[in-house]
Amino acid sequence: MAVVELEKLVKDYAGFRAIHGVDLTIEDGEFCVFVGPSGCGKSTLLRMIAGLEDISGGELRIDGERVNEQRAAERGLAMVFQSYALYPHMTVRENLAFGLENIRTPKDEIRRRVDDAARMLQIEEHMQRRPKQLSGGQRQRVAIGRAVVREPKVFLFDEPLSNLDAELRVVMRGEISSLHRRLGNTMIYVTHDQVEAMTMADKIVVLKLGTIQQVGSPLDLYNRPANQFVAGFIGSPRMNFLKMSVAETRAESIVVKEENGRSFEAAVSPEGVKAGDKVTVGIRPEHLEIGSERGHPVTIDSIEQLGGESYLYCTDAGGHPVTIHKSGQTRLRAGEEAQVFLPAESIHVFKEDGMALERLRIGEAV
Amino acid sequence: MVWSFISRTRGRNRFDLTDWLTWGYLIFGILLMFGPVLWVAMSSFKTDAALSEYPPTFLPLSPQTVMVEGYDEPLPLYEITGGEYEGRTLAQIRRIGLNAQMVDPQAPGERLNVSINDREPAREFSVAWGNYTQLFERFNFMQYFWNSAFITVVATIITVIFNSMAAFALAKYKFRGRTVVFLLIIATLMIPPTINLVPIYLVVNELGIVNSPWGVIWPAVATPTGVFLLRQYMLTIPDDLLDAARMDHASEWRVYWRIVLPLAAPAIAVLVIFSVMWRWNEFLWPLIVLTRSEEFTLQLALNAFQGDLQTSWSGLLAMTVLTLLPITIIFALLQKNITAGIAQSGVK
Repeated sequence: MAVVELEKLVKDYAGFRAIHGVDLTIEDGEFCVFVGPSGCGKSTLLRMIAGLEDISGGELRIDGERVNEQRAAERGLAMVFQSYALYPHMTVRENLAFGLENIRTPKDEIRRRVDDAARMLQIEEHMQRRPKQLSGGQRQRVAIGRAVVREPKVFLFDEPLSNLDAELRVVMRGEISSLHRRLGNTMIYVTHDQVEAMTMADKIVVLKLGTIQQVGSPLDLYNRPANQFVAGFIGSPRMNFLKMSVAETRAESIVVKEENGRSFEAAVSPEGVKAGDKVTVGIRPEHLEIGSERGHPVTIDSIEQLGGESYLYCTDAGGHPVTIHKSGQTRLRAGEEAQVFLPAESIHVFKEDGMALERLRIGEAV
Repeated sequence: MVWSFISRTRGRNRFDLTDWLTWGYLIFGILLMFGPVLWVAMSSFKTDAALSEYPPTFLPLSPQTVMVEGYDEPLPLYEITGGEYEGRTLAQIRRIGLNAQMVDPQAPGERLNVSINDREPAREFSVAWGNYTQLFERFNFMQYFWNSAFITVVATIITVIFNSMAAFALAKYKFRGRTVVFLLIIATLMIPPTINLVPIYLVVNELGIVNSPWGVIWPAVATPTGVFLLRQYMLTIPDDLLDAARMDHASEWRVYWRIVLPLAAPAIAVLVIFSVMWRWNEFLWPLIVLTRSEEFTLQLALNAFQGDLQTSWSGLLAMTVLTLLPITIIFALLQKNITAGIAQSGVK
């Protein structure tokens, strides 16, 4: 069992800093997901923890012990690669046993552990095959099995599901989650898919350009995004952003208004803004209500009807794209005008520097 | 199935012009490639007498001889094609000018005179195994074979290990000057080997390995071609595999030995074939380094067969065939390895 601590971790490549001093603590047994757009440094960070990349600065501690200088193998971690990285010239059994052979585990111990892992991952009947003869899902299981047999302190996953088709991805997502529940190990999981992050994580770390944007539980990030980037990244479809300005600040809310004068109340802390400041108002598609009297007028561009839910893609008077999520079906058609209402307790407000104002009435919104 | 594959034609059921051309070209190629080899192989079974015959025959035919009562030596047999004794088979005692004095083996008492134009040597198919057995009896063939085999096998093993380690470092490690080192290695390809002969000889001499197989082995094991070949192949091995092995507690040596080396097998097979051919067929360098005949390789022994005054063609040919055999077998075994390859990849 292991606590992983990152302190001011820095990674420099020739003339370019990829990771800008990351501070993070991953608790024992936690399922921690690094999420961010491609190029944000999440894989680099994972490889630094794994010991596959040198650490340029800062300190990495596992169970309180500094491991910067330790080789990958000595850190007691196991990693599942995006490409699976199964040894193509070895059978499944040899693949699973390779790591144990390297640390001179007794033969019967290897056999026991490999068989246990195979049973757990349901790959017993493929043990004599080579990776080439397996399907994508089976390869994925073998790759996880190779990590499991080592009984590592921490599991590292580098976008393990990105090579699978959508259906299999959902299945494997569930399997990795149940593996985590069963083993109770600390797991660090890298993905660019925020759905994976939301469904699996105990703790999500959102990264952008080598810096941490926010750390928190999935619902924390959904409900209280620290800045506009996190708000846009977490949640699907993406949050709508409307450019507005502050009309007045009240004790426990502010009033924002559009250029044409229509104004809304937003239940956010007025701290840090004053009347006249430019702000960005964010509202999730699922929180918009259609057909209200005192709404925000939009033109519907297109509609996706999924039966159980509907997505309306619209444009407002200011030219901002607005996506609306409505459960159930809708009678509206593309080309029609509609009024949408922005409930005060669901509105996010971001200052010009992108930082969010604290939301005060989240309880009412849920 | 094989036959239906081979007998496929472009025209439906009939031979098209392109079929004729293709077959003609391929058969021409086979004759061109295998003709000389086959000729050598056939000739190696001929006796010295049959070898010097003109016009030469393809099959190992040798003049028939017979023991006739009253003569100490076996006499050559001739078919009589014209004249008085047409149709009979006679043994020749001696030739006198345009006539030959002959005798009927059935009636050895009577001497017959036959014009040499009326007789044709009687031949029989006979394989002169003696060419081969004499190699083992009269020449120290096994010694030369062992010398060649030792140099070839040991040099190839060392070549593969050294070159693959160099290639591994150049392909998979990032270090300052990597490109420079690689370019330097490649650049040595531009130096003609003859220029190196003297300096290498001086080094070998200084090391005291003249007249030892090691004098042939050590200068040959580092080949830029091998490093280049293996490096290019190793570049295609995904880094993830190496990282995965490192996470699996594999030392760098084990990463090389258990992951990189097996995965580079197709390239290594190519290098093995090259190296075996180079070392087995090498002539100039062993000729310089090895001067004592008990250290000779097969190629040097072949050369020694060609004496100043006389050449034992039958022995030379038999030895040529024996020299060709191992390399042919190696090629036949390994070529499958090259084509099949281990293209299997667990990496998408």
